[in-house]
Amino acid sequence: MAEKVIMLGNEAFARGAYEAGCKVSSAYPGTPSTEISEYIVQYDEIYSEWAPNEKVALEVAIGASISGVRALSSMKHVGLNVASDPLFTVAYAGVTGGLVIIVADDPGLYSSQNEQDTRAVARAAKVPVLEPSDSHEAKEFVKFAFELSEKYDTPVIVRSTTRLSHSQGMVELNDRIEVEDKPYVRDFAKNVMMPSNAKGRHLVVESRDLALIKDGGSFPINKVEYNDKKIGIITSGIPYQYVKEALPEASVLKLGIVNPLPKSLIEEFASKVETLYIVEELDPIIEEQVKSWGIEAIGKDILTIQGEYSANLLRRAINGEKVVVAPAVQLPNRPPILCPGCPHRSVYSVLNKLKIHGAGDIGCYTLGAVAPLSVLDTTICMGASISSLHGMEKAKGKDFVKNWVAIIGDSTFMHTGINSLINMVYNKATGTVMILDNSTTGMTGHQDHSATGKTLKGEETYCVDMAALCKAVGVNHVYVVNAFDTKELEKVVKEATAMDEIAVIIAQAPCVLLDKTSIKTQYYVDISVCKKCGMCLKPGCPAITKQESGDIVINDTMCNGCGLCMTLCKFNSIKPVQTQ
Amino acid sequence: MKTKNIMIVGVGGQGTLLTSRILGGLTIQAGYDVKLSEVHGMAQRGGSVVTFVRYGDKVREPIVEEGQADVLIAFERLEALRYAHYLKKDGAIVVNDQRIDPMPVVIGAAKYPENIIENLEKSHRVYRVDAIEEAKKLGNSKVFNVIVLGMAAQHMDFKKEDWLTVIEQTVPAKTVELNKKAFEIGYDLHN
Repeated sequence: MAEKVIMLGNEAFARGAYEAGCKVSSAYPGTPSTEISEYIVQYDEIYSEWAPNEKVALEVAIGASISGVRALSSMKHVGLNVASDPLFTVAYAGVTGGLVIIVADDPGLYSSQNEQDTRAVARAAKVPVLEPSDSHEAKEFVKFAFELSEKYDTPVIVRSTTRLSHSQGMVELNDRIEVEDKPYVRDFAKNVMMPSNAKGRHLVVESRDLALIKDGGSFPINKVEYNDKKIGIITSGIPYQYVKEALPEASVLKLGIVNPLPKSLIEEFASKVETLYIVEELDPIIEEQVKSWGIEAIGKDILTIQGEYSANLLRRAINGEKVVVAPAVQLPNRPPILCPGCPHRSVYSVLNKLKIHGAGDIGCYTLGAVAPLSVLDTTICMGASISSLHGMEKAKGKDFVKNWVAIIGDSTFMHTGINSLINMVYNKATGTVMILDNSTTGMTGHQDHSATGKTLKGEETYCVDMAALCKAVGVNHVYVVNAFDTKELEKVVKEATAMDEIAVIIAQAPCVLLDKTSIKTQYYVDISVCKKCGMCLKPGCPAITKQESGDIVINDTMCNGCGLCMTLCKFNSIKPVQTQ
Repeated sequence: MKTKNIMIVGVGGQGTLLTSRILGGLTIQAGYDVKLSEVHGMAQRGGSVVTFVRYGDKVREPIVEEGQADVLIAFERLEALRYAHYLKKDGAIVVNDQRIDPMPVVIGAAKYPENIIENLEKSHRVYRVDAIEEAKKLGNSKVFNVIVLGMAAQHMDFKKEDWLTVIEQTVPAKTVELNKKAFEIGYDLHN
């Protein structure tokens, strides 16, 4: 019997790539897809890397596929936007070695800036999409995706969601299939997408789509379960589990392939059930197509387009059951915050004091938008801090941005920020860019990147010198400052923003969670000298609280010893704890 | 066996992932089907976090919903209150008697509710422990979460020895003894 183990969805995806004989994997971290690469790195048979962004990652995988091996790229939903340029055209060129792209959507927005549906992007790109519903299927569907990719000469997307990627479930392990490398053969008409060739390939794409619509119904990844035929449900992915939990008696068509849809399979199922429901999280992708074929179905009329589903949601909407609801107590909510000891807090305390507006970006430092720091005014997408600040200057003039800075992290700067900085220099901007360099990709759980000096495999490599890079693209004023040196930061920010020239400030200090052994000293409040002025509370460190008595206390289970509170205290009442 | 539903709630950074992994390892060793749902990414940064563990003969849904939890393990008082309505009528709450002010309370935009545990006791079986105090006695306040887990273990279907074996397999080698001691303290505190 095959060995059974418990695996996180993302670990199972990685295992699937391993078992499928995949040889190259390239990705950029993004919740909820990050751990796929972190598990792939454990397999020596697969070359795996972090790329600076998802476009680069997908192109690396495309190159590997063209050369004749099975290749993988994984990303979060918004990462696919960055990679959509290669995606839409590799859909035309097709593959040599199998090419699979795992894309993780985030219904419920646990860690994302939007709630877009990858199936809609895939439809536009005419790329097939498979959707597993648990860890075991995550592994199996990746293997099937590689087969499909080679059989139909197409990249294949395997769609995940946060709930699948971050749930653990049982997985039956198999051995790796050793797939022989295909020889590289120059194929001008297929791999050179110039207009004359692309015209021909477009026809290939259309006939491939038709073939998949026809053949898809017999793929073993679809499941038809006939029970009581009063209610029939078409579903896929994680929502299938909610359907089985809430409506165990219903007939179910569980689609394994969700683009293109297996039309005849759906028509047959629909003809055999009395009332047809379509249960899909996010957009009505299946529903709109099914309805366009003249089939009556109930979907988003009663089910939400937003957030995650659950069994209770279906019990209420389909069965009309009254399910226990939350008591009406108003509790203070607990939003995510910067960690105690986070260097970003130090930078933001300075910017807040100087009343600077921040054009923000994607990372932990996005949390600088909320009270009490309240520095950031904008956050759109990776790299947008720098380019949007530039847009403001060009719209409103250079004086408008004198009390603004663009704020971006080191990993995000290397992802797409650098392009925006080149644009600022090229188009004679005068704004100030701050790179908050914490030596890691923090939000996703500490991944290396091109400016950390380590590869995904943990090997030493060249570390991009961001200061030299900024100078090389034409920034004459580049300041490198310790993120905890608030005096120096204040001076430099004032100087840079006042200038009529572009400036970059790199505020450096490693993420406090990166190496906890570096924490030497914690701090305490000496209440005999504390004036209770509240200065130390201003940056909103969760380790410092004001008691009901008015006393200020530092929580020793939380303090990470950054010392920011000590530098803010004018009465020397915050002191290092003397260790024995 | 009917599916058993456990929830572990707390504040991002308190170690909910470690405790859920210990529990997950245990359920597999006992031969159950199991699903665990975790929180990664932004929500982990000091936010309210919840982990679901479901085990039984066949588990479908990876999440626990309102009114279904057999045991609610809470590492912080306010989080216990936030998720208390997920409990079944006869469900048990094991709560670490710690207060961590959320940002709206820190900046004075909201008040931390008073007498949380006393109020929960009116309608639930509540088991309270000041696990940080207990952990400090062991010389490392960070293992408080395993003390809470030890207490919660009394409400689940596994033998003490099996818990200790899984702890041994799950935590870093250096901390095995410390974590085992922490577990036993929690286990024995329960009454």
